[in-house]
Amino acid sequence: MHTGFPWVTVLGVIPLVGVVAIMLLPRAQEAQAKVVALGASLVTMVGSIVMAIAYENDGARFQFTQDYNWIKAFGAHYAVGVDGIALALILMTTVLAPICILASWHDGDRPVVDDEADEDARAGRGPRLFFSLLLATETLVIGVFGALDVFFFYVLFEAMLIPMYFLIGSFGGPRRSYAAVKFLLYSLAGGLLMLVAVIGLFVAASHQLGTGTFDYRALLAAIDSGKLHLSHGEQAALFLGFFIAFAIKAPLWPFHTWLPDAASEAPTGTAVMLVGVLDKVGTFGFLRFCIPLFPWAAREFAPWVMVLCVIGVLYGALVAIGQKDLKRLVAYSSVSHFGFIALGVFAFTTQGGSGATLYMVNHGFSTGALFLVVGFMATRRGSRLVDDFGGVAKVAPWLGAVTLIAGLSALSLPGLSTFVSEFLVLLGTFTTHRWFAVVATFGIVLAAVYVLWMVQRTIHGPVAPAVEGFKDLSLRETWVIAPILAVIVALGVYPKPILDFINPSIEQTNSIVRDHDPVPSVPELSQTNQVDTTLNIDTGIGAPIGSSN
Amino acid sequence: MDITYYLYLSAVLFTIGAVGVLVRRNAIVVFMCVELMLNAVNLSLVTFARMNSNLDGQVIAFFVMVVAAAEVVIGLAIIMSIFRSRRSASVDDANLLKY
Amino acid sequence: MTSTTTAAVQYAHATGVFKLTFLLILLPAIGAAVLLLGGKRTNAWGHLLGCAMPIGSFVIAVIEFFALIGRDGGENRQLDQHLFSWVPVAGFHVDANVLLDPLSICFVLLITGVGSLIHIYSIGYMEHDPDRRRFFGQLNLFVAAMLLLVLADNYLVLYVGWEGVGLASYLLIGFWHHKPSAAVAAKKAFLVNRVGDLGLSFAVMLMFTTFGTVAFDGVFNGASSGHARTGTMTAIGLLLLLGACGKSAQAPLQSWLLDAMEGPTPVSALIHAATMVTAGVYLVARSGAIYDVAPHARLLVEIVGGVTLVMGAIIGCAYDDIKKVLAASTMSQIGYMMLAVGFGPGAYAIGILHLLTHGFFKANMFLGAGSVMHGNNDEVNMRRYGGLRHVMPVTFMTFAFGYLAIIGMIPFSGFFSKDKIIEVALDHGGASGWIFGIVAIAGAGMTAFYMTRLMLMTFFGNKRWPRDVHPHESPKVMLVPMAILAAGSLVLGYLLILGGSLQHFLTPSVGPSLEVGAHTISPVVLSIITLAVVAGGVGAAWWIIGRKPVAAEQAPNVRPYAHATRRSLTGDAVNEAVFMRPGQYLTRALVYFDNRGVDGIVNGFAAGVGGTSARIRRVQTGFVRSYALSMLGGALAIGTTVVLLRVGS
Repeated sequence: MHTGFPWVTVLGVIPLVGVVAIMLLPRAQEAQAKVVALGASLVTMVGSIVMAIAYENDGARFQFTQDYNWIKAFGAHYAVGVDGIALALILMTTVLAPICILASWHDGDRPVVDDEADEDARAGRGPRLFFSLLLATETLVIGVFGALDVFFFYVLFEAMLIPMYFLIGSFGGPRRSYAAVKFLLYSLAGGLLMLVAVIGLFVAASHQLGTGTFDYRALLAAIDSGKLHLSHGEQAALFLGFFIAFAIKAPLWPFHTWLPDAASEAPTGTAVMLVGVLDKVGTFGFLRFCIPLFPWAAREFAPWVMVLCVIGVLYGALVAIGQKDLKRLVAYSSVSHFGFIALGVFAFTTQGGSGATLYMVNHGFSTGALFLVVGFMATRRGSRLVDDFGGVAKVAPWLGAVTLIAGLSALSLPGLSTFVSEFLVLLGTFTTHRWFAVVATFGIVLAAVYVLWMVQRTIHGPVAPAVEGFKDLSLRETWVIAPILAVIVALGVYPKPILDFINPSIEQTNSIVRDHDPVPSVPELSQTNQVDTTLNIDTGIGAPIGSSN
Repeated sequence: MDITYYLYLSAVLFTIGAVGVLVRRNAIVVFMCVELMLNAVNLSLVTFARMNSNLDGQVIAFFVMVVAAAEVVIGLAIIMSIFRSRRSASVDDANLLKY
Repeated sequence: MTSTTTAAVQYAHATGVFKLTFLLILLPAIGAAVLLLGGKRTNAWGHLLGCAMPIGSFVIAVIEFFALIGRDGGENRQLDQHLFSWVPVAGFHVDANVLLDPLSICFVLLITGVGSLIHIYSIGYMEHDPDRRRFFGQLNLFVAAMLLLVLADNYLVLYVGWEGVGLASYLLIGFWHHKPSAAVAAKKAFLVNRVGDLGLSFAVMLMFTTFGTVAFDGVFNGASSGHARTGTMTAIGLLLLLGACGKSAQAPLQSWLLDAMEGPTPVSALIHAATMVTAGVYLVARSGAIYDVAPHARLLVEIVGGVTLVMGAIIGCAYDDIKKVLAASTMSQIGYMMLAVGFGPGAYAIGILHLLTHGFFKANMFLGAGSVMHGNNDEVNMRRYGGLRHVMPVTFMTFAFGYLAIIGMIPFSGFFSKDKIIEVALDHGGASGWIFGIVAIAGAGMTAFYMTRLMLMTFFGNKRWPRDVHPHESPKVMLVPMAILAAGSLVLGYLLILGGSLQHFLTPSVGPSLEVGAHTISPVVLSIITLAVVAGGVGAAWWIIGRKPVAAEQAPNVRPYAHATRRSLTGDAVNEAVFMRPGQYLTRALVYFDNRGVDGIVNGFAAGVGGTSARIRRVQTGFVRSYALSMLGGALAIGTTVVLLRVGS
């Protein structure tokens, strides 16, 4: 069961090595923690790029796999490996990690305090803790994306909360403990539901297969071959268990309210890690577990899920328009974007699924860029309120320019990466659920409203008095934001490399729930000439809306 | 002699111990009452062993004695340190661990 | 079900000189990248690079144009160049291709030709602006996006160019973004365009579900195969029209264009007069094969064109801002073009003809207006002008050429193109033919009225300059492009109509011209009627404005219709009442709902759990003996239960 070089394990271990190295640093040299963390994350990034090159698009479904017995008593394995979807997300994670670390350069610094007692109280804080937590998060996320064992996945899924809880709770803004606790409890509630479903799955499997297993590939094969047949009731219950956990993590409407608090209180780099990377585990989970393991339930619930998605798309955008706090605005825009992603996933078409996966990657960069520029502005102004800004582009033109580009990628401007994915999602949805797509598309107008209104009030207009002293982007900030924007443009013009390895995995995932994508109502001319009867093809799905005239 | 008398004695001892734990304030006395309850149980265990003609009850009684001995060591140490810091051996005075 | 008038569309592979087509887009794109990313380092020579790139594209375009003419009728004049695979997903493959055909080369020549002239003009116009480099960078970005729009060979790449020009327009309207009015106008333009883009994206999706492709050839062949339902085709046509309305400022999405005049005047000339706003006309003409099988959609195109034609003309009569009058006139003229392309096969070429002549004379007049503003401390109110023909003779002359062209005077270009549209409208036959014909003639009269008013208020009459303004003629770098455009305004119409040259040339792209048996009214008589109406408009303008001195202030108390006209026929008020206000209330209500409702449930649940535990924890009193009592009670309860259960069973 081992194929190829164990890339996933290696990539997961490198940040851990960084954590150990940071822990060994003496207090006097704790500032070196930043350099160590950056180095470890850069090595991980290079490794993941090499892995992506080594990945064979037409090869096996899961590559670079490893499989060891972990807890024999209940068939838990240490099983890792990647398919195209996981590969894309791991790539995104490892590229964003060094950017987050560079963006957080000063976030972990020990606060300057006069009071001896206060310093004692905050003794745990400091760059060593901060950067170890960030690196630990990276390891866990790589593990979650690479896990091929349901139990192993669950353990990592919950473990991810720990470093993130401390990152928000120890290093965040004024309301950090409220936000951290809310984030933790919300996620734990979902996680426990998932634990119930994981156990339920194990019990069902052990009843029918004789021996219980958590091995994802074994479960998939058993379901595919009919050896493991879950009744409709079981499927529905287990589906919901997984679904709610992932819907909270993603977050889908109406499970989203932890996100604005957590994202706005977290330090900038952490917010990028949280919204850009961690939350993708939710939508990834839909694709990896909800659909292939419970195909009947997925089909049955899909319309209802899509209703939530469409509400989320419009609701997130509308609430974003009304926000006064920049970080909350970005967080709500993410709620809207996650609606799009889940919409594409549950459309069960290749376009929708590939678009959704690409969207996950793009959203990581695009929302990451927005959080970063908002962070830059908030650091300078000492406030996150929209009303406290104005005319930034006049004082700091480069800061204004990167803010605008980040905003444009959030409103899916063609030529930037988000457009390709958003259009694919809408197109894929349109072929199966026309009216959901139509309603969701109005989200792109609302996206333009919240982005451009924000741009108008912050970087355009007369220069606000407090903005006058703004410095333009520093060298470090340039190195933080430039790579992200470069990726956004590059993937917008040439998304083919990513799509090429996403596509086969999506097709395999969807093949479990749907025989084939809907066919066009008027076949191409070459086919028409051969078979004249194709005129009457009516899939029942692609019926032209004009018939309502 | 009817073997059930041993059980009656055990019940009486246990009750005395339980009441003592509930009504006395002095930690040392409470402690002794707990020991009394343990020994009441030991008595019934030995009695049951006799009734059932096997050694299980005797063995368990030994276990209880060992545990009780360990408990005495730790319990008396705690009572001593509380007495030192509070100048009182009343269990009602040691009520900080609440809510 | 449908007529299959056009033969199957098939594009030839680009060879030889046509392999340079991608450079048309790449050159200005490189210019934009260098200028926008280069920063201050490029300040010194940025404007020169900015001009060189569109000129380079223009040279390539001219070479390709002659190469295209060089291919005789038998050869395929539609050349497709494959660049790379853009979006490859199973069942949905979109390639980044460029298609050079007669229709797109017309636009390419207009964009790069007029674009180059306006770039050169901007060297002078923007000379004192500290951000001139950024201006040229964004102008190059626009040229690149616009070329992408007209060179795309499928609807998705077209959509990229479509939103790309929207972005460039946004950036350039908001070029002076520190002015609140400019920032708001830019945002408004983008948002209104987004509404239109909604239509375009729906159309693309519908094409995909209907034909399984979004490439031009696949869609057009599918449409003319007659296998698609008419209802679907009508829907696609209407959705494309919505997109066209947004981009071309047609009713009901016209409101952004007047505000867009906040941008620098060269931007108004290039983007909001000559090229970008005509993209809607391009879209309809390009999608002719779809409209040919969707007669209802075509009728709506005509109606939109007719309504906007009149609306624009009425609005043009009311404004005192010289640029807004010209903007309203642009709306109106694009209404003419829409009307023409709405008449379908045979008339597409006439719409394009008017588009090309309009591109010249309107750009000419905008540059003239810019020159007037340049000499008058950026004053735009015509009531502060007057008698400028003496101090700005060259500007006056070139402007006069544009003026004569737009009102359709013989032999200026507008005469040929506008008369053709009126002729086609009347020949269309039936009630709609008469209605649109009369509307078009009336529009010509109104055009004459408001343009004459503009001329009289600006160049004639009493001098009304404020004391500190000393009008002066502009530098040569501005005057030469104006002169070239003026020359174009004079001769272009005649050149393009000579022997039906444009019509023949465009046939491969938009179908052959229709043979009309008998005209409803003979063309000569029609020209005379039109000229008479135009003369009436000019006379009326002179009668109302020219005879007496113009007041330096707008009359405050006017009749309601005049008031409404000054407010662009209340378009903005309607938008505000119907969309903005309810939208604001909705977002506020939702924010409240999110904080109190959704989050309220979450926090309420948390508070409930917290409150309950706060009460329950009181049981932990800290008294050892009470714990002991409860333990005893518990043990007794369990013991009793067990005993009772034993007894019961």
